[in-house]
Amino acid sequence: MTATPETAADPRDRRQTEFEDNDQKPIGFGRMLRKEDPRLIRGRGRFVDDVQLPGMLHLAILRAPVAHARIISVDTSAAEAHPKVRLVVTGAMLQEKGLAWMPTLSNDVQSVLATDKVRFQGQEVAFVVAEDRYSARDALELIDVEYEELTPVVDARRALDPSMPVIRDDLEGKTDNHIFDWETGDAAATEAAFAKADVVVTEDIVYPRVHPAPMETHAAVADFDRVEEKLTLWSTSQAPHAHRTLYAIVAGLPEHKIRVIAPDIGGGFGGKVPIYPGYVCAIVGSILLGVPVKWAEDRAENLTSGSFARDYIMRGEIAATKDGKILAIRTNVLADHGAFNGQAAPTKYPVGFFGVFTGSYDIEAAYAKVTAVYTNKAPGGVAYACSFRITEAVHLVERLVTSLALEMGIDQAEIRLRNFIRPEQFPYETKTGWVYDSGNYEETMRESMRIAGYEELLAEREEKRARGELMGIGVSFFTEAVGAGPRRKMDILGLGMADGCELRIHPTGKAVVRLSVKTQGQGHETTFAQIVSEEIGIPPADIEVVHGDTDNTPFGLGTYGSRSTPVSGAAAALVARKVRDKAQIIASGMLEVSVDDLEWEKGSFHVKGDPSASVTIQDIAMRAHGAGDLPDGLEGGLEAQICYNPENLTYPNGAYICVVDVDKGTGEVKVRRFIAVDDCGTRINPMIIEGQIHGGLVDGIGMALMEIIEFDEWGNCLGGSFMDYLIPTALECPDWETGFTVTPSPHHPIGAKGVGESATVGSPPAIVNAVVDALYPLGIRNVDMPMTPSRVWDAIQGHPRPPI
Amino acid sequence: MQVTMTVNGTEVSRDIEPRTLLVHFLRDTLGLTGTHWGCDTSNCGVCVVWVDERPVKSCTMLAAMAGGKSVRTVEGLERDGELDPVQRGFMECHGLQCGYCTPGMMMTARWLLDHNPDPTEGEIREAISGQICRCTGYSTIVRSIRWAATHENSSSIESPETAGSPS
Repeated sequence: MTATPETAADPRDRRQTEFEDNDQKPIGFGRMLRKEDPRLIRGRGRFVDDVQLPGMLHLAILRAPVAHARIISVDTSAAEAHPKVRLVVTGAMLQEKGLAWMPTLSNDVQSVLATDKVRFQGQEVAFVVAEDRYSARDALELIDVEYEELTPVVDARRALDPSMPVIRDDLEGKTDNHIFDWETGDAAATEAAFAKADVVVTEDIVYPRVHPAPMETHAAVADFDRVEEKLTLWSTSQAPHAHRTLYAIVAGLPEHKIRVIAPDIGGGFGGKVPIYPGYVCAIVGSILLGVPVKWAEDRAENLTSGSFARDYIMRGEIAATKDGKILAIRTNVLADHGAFNGQAAPTKYPVGFFGVFTGSYDIEAAYAKVTAVYTNKAPGGVAYACSFRITEAVHLVERLVTSLALEMGIDQAEIRLRNFIRPEQFPYETKTGWVYDSGNYEETMRESMRIAGYEELLAEREEKRARGELMGIGVSFFTEAVGAGPRRKMDILGLGMADGCELRIHPTGKAVVRLSVKTQGQGHETTFAQIVSEEIGIPPADIEVVHGDTDNTPFGLGTYGSRSTPVSGAAAALVARKVRDKAQIIASGMLEVSVDDLEWEKGSFHVKGDPSASVTIQDIAMRAHGAGDLPDGLEGGLEAQICYNPENLTYPNGAYICVVDVDKGTGEVKVRRFIAVDDCGTRINPMIIEGQIHGGLVDGIGMALMEIIEFDEWGNCLGGSFMDYLIPTALECPDWETGFTVTPSPHHPIGAKGVGESATVGSPPAIVNAVVDALYPLGIRNVDMPMTPSRVWDAIQGHPRPPI
Repeated sequence: MQVTMTVNGTEVSRDIEPRTLLVHFLRDTLGLTGTHWGCDTSNCGVCVVWVDERPVKSCTMLAAMAGGKSVRTVEGLERDGELDPVQRGFMECHGLQCGYCTPGMMMTARWLLDHNPDPTEGEIREAISGQICRCTGYSTIVRSIRWAATHENSSSIESPETAGSPS
C-alpha cells in the first residue's frame, strides 16, 4: 500500500517515511492495517447490546429523581402486576441477600440499590426485569417511592462546613463529609525555596467535572446456568479479570464458575473500569430467574450516574529566580469525589499519580496537599484517559509555567527549555519520589517548534496584536507516568498490577497469543500481533490475538492508565522470547549443532557462518509437535506463559503547541492549529499511535472548550444528555499536526512507553495557555475550562468566573 | 401492528408495537446489529441509516414511519461481496478505532460521495458534523472519505482478506 496523496504531500508530517519503511518490513513493527477492522466496517462487530440469547429478558433501573433524600417506602405492587414483568427488586430485597452494597475501586462501599437514602440524582433505587426493553421501562413508572428530601451538599467548598448534612451516615461513626487528606513532598523545603524566590505566581485553577462519555454506554448480559451453577457475563469491561474476582468476592460465587466476556467495546476512556450497579443487577436478575438478562443503559443514565472524572479545585503556586529558573511548586487541592469514593487508582495512591505535578522540570522543592470530600453527586474519580489524575497534575504545572512565563515576559517555550530535566539526568528522581525512566525533552520541544514554525507564529501574533486581533499561542510539555505496577507498590483492591500472556505456536507455524488486557478501540489485536511477530518472526496475519474472555486468557489487571503496551506489551515480547529460546534448542537438534552455534534472524535460526544451514520458526513448530526425537529432556509443543511484573512505570512525554483565534465580539475560541510531538519510546504501529494521539487531542478540545457536568443548587445534574454535555464534532477540530521523537524506555523489553492517554493529558493546558496568551494584553491571567464563548466573553469584559 | 419495508434490498414484514423505534426494529427484530444506539437525542449519529436514499437518525424515527420505504444499513454497503470504497477508505486511513460510530459515519459518507463526488475537507467536516466520534479526532475520518472519493471507480481493489496483513 502507498500513502494517500493527502498524507504524502504534507511536508509537516513524518508519517510518510514510516510508510516507506514499512513497505520493506513485512514482519514486526511498522504501519499495518488493523486486524479488527474487517468486521467493524461491515457492521459485524459484536458489542454487548448485540448479544441476543434465547429466552433473554430485559432489565431497567429506577433512579433517584433527587440528589439527597431518605427513602420512606417503596411500593412495587403495580409494577409486579404488569403482564410482561417477571421480577422487581428493591434495595431492601438485596439487603436480605447481603448484596445491597458493593466495594468501590477505592475500598469505599457503594449502593447497588439504595436502602436507606439516595445520595445523588440518578442513583439506583430498584430494578425491573421484563420481557422486552420497552415494558421494563414502562414498569419503572409503576414503582411508587416516597422520599423525604434532605439538604444536598453540592458545593465541594462547603462540604466540610459543620452545618452540612452528613452524606455517608451509612459509615459507622461518620460525622462529616471528609474522605481523606493526602500530602507529598517537603513542605519546609518548599517554603524555604519560595522565601528566596524573586518571582512567585499564584493561580486558582479549576479542573471541572467531565465525563468519558464513550459512544457505547455501559451494558451487560448475565446468563446464569442453574445446572452448571455457572455465570457467564458479557459486559462493557476494560478489566474483565479484575471484575471476575470482584464478583466472586461480592456475590460469593466461586471464581471458577464465573466467566466474564468483554466483547467489542465502543470506547472506554477509563469509564469502563469500575463495576457499575447495573452489572450486579443483571447478575442478580439472572440468578433469580434462571434465564439470561440484559441491561443496557441509555445516554442520560450514562451521563448522570456513572464514571465522572476530575473535579479538582486547585490553588497552585510557582517560585522562580529572576532568570526564570523554577525553584519550587506548591499546590493545595480540594477534590470532589461525589457520594461514594469511586476513585480508580492503586490502593496506596488515593490521589492517583497526581504526585507528578512537578512536571518535566528540574526543581529544588515541591509540596502538595489534597483534601477529598463527599458531595451529593455521582461517584467521581474514575480516570477519563488521565493516567490516574496525571491530567490534573499536568494541567496545574503547565498552567503555572505559562503564567510564570507571561508574568516575567519570557517566551513560553523558552522558559520550558531553561528548566527541563536534561537527558543525562535520567533516571531522574523527582522531589516527590517518582523515578522518570528516560526522555530528551529539549529535542522533543524543538521538534514541536520546528513543525509549528514557532518563530513565524510569534511574528504573526505580534502583527495581529498590533491590529487588535486576539491570536494566542499556547505551549505545554507533559510527562506522564503510565504502566502500573510494579505489584509491590501497586494493587487494585488487593490485586497486584501485573499482567499475564500466553503464546502457543501451532504445528503449522501459526500462533495464538492470549492477553489479560482488553482493547476498547486501541487496536490490541493488531499491535500485540506485531509485538509477537517482531520477536518470533511469524507474520502478524498468522497470529490470532485472544482477549476479553476470562475463561480463555491468563489473569491480569486490564486496560487503563495506558498500561497495555507498558505491561502487557512487555509480557507479549517476553513470552515470545521464551518460546524462541525453546525453539532454539529444537533447532539445534534439527541442525545438529550446539545451541550456542545458532544465530537468530527474524523468523529462522541458522548456523553461525553458514546461513544456508537454517530452519524457519515454522519448521521448528512442526518438529515440536511432530514425529521424531527432540533434544534430550525437552517436552514437545511450542508454547509458554508468563506473568509480567513491571520494574517501574514508563514515562511518555510530549511537546504540544496550540494556536487559537479568539473572537473579541463573541468570545468564541477557534483552535486553528494544534501541533503534537510525542515521545512514547519505541513505536510499534505508527498509524495506531497517531490515532491514539488524535483521539486524545479531541478530548482536549472537548474539555478545554465544551465539556462540563454541572449541577444546580439542588444537586440536579445539568449535563444529562448530549444536548447539554457537548462533545466536539468535526467542525471544532483542526487537522491535527503530529510528529515524534523516540527515546526508548530502558527497562521495557522493547522500549515502548504507552501512548493511549498522552494527548488527553497534554492538550488541555496547551489550549488554555493559548487562550490566556491571546487575552493577556487585555489584562487577563486565567480562564477556566470549559472556555465556552460566554465564559471567555465574561473574562474579556473583566468578569472572569470559575465554572464551579 | 404489521410493518413492511425493504431493508438492504429485501422486503421484510413484521408484527411490532407501534412505538418501536427504527433502530430497535433493525437491531432487535431483524438482528441487524451493525446500526448502533448512542444517545436518544439525535446528537450522536451512531444510528444513522438511509431511508429512501437519505441518511436519518434511526433512534428518532418510528419503525412504522419507515413502512413502505426502503432502508439501507451498514450491512447493505457491501455489494456482491465487494466492499464499498468508503469501507476500504476507513480501513486504509485508520478512520475507526472502537468502531461504534463507524457504521453511521460510513452511511453519511456514502451519501455525501453520491451527491458530491469530490468533496473538500470542509464539505466533509460539514457533512459529518451531526455525528460524534469519541476516538479518532475526525482527521482520519476526513482522510478516509477523501480516500474513497479518489478510489471510487478503481477495480484493482485490495481484497479485504489481506487487510490484516502488513502493507
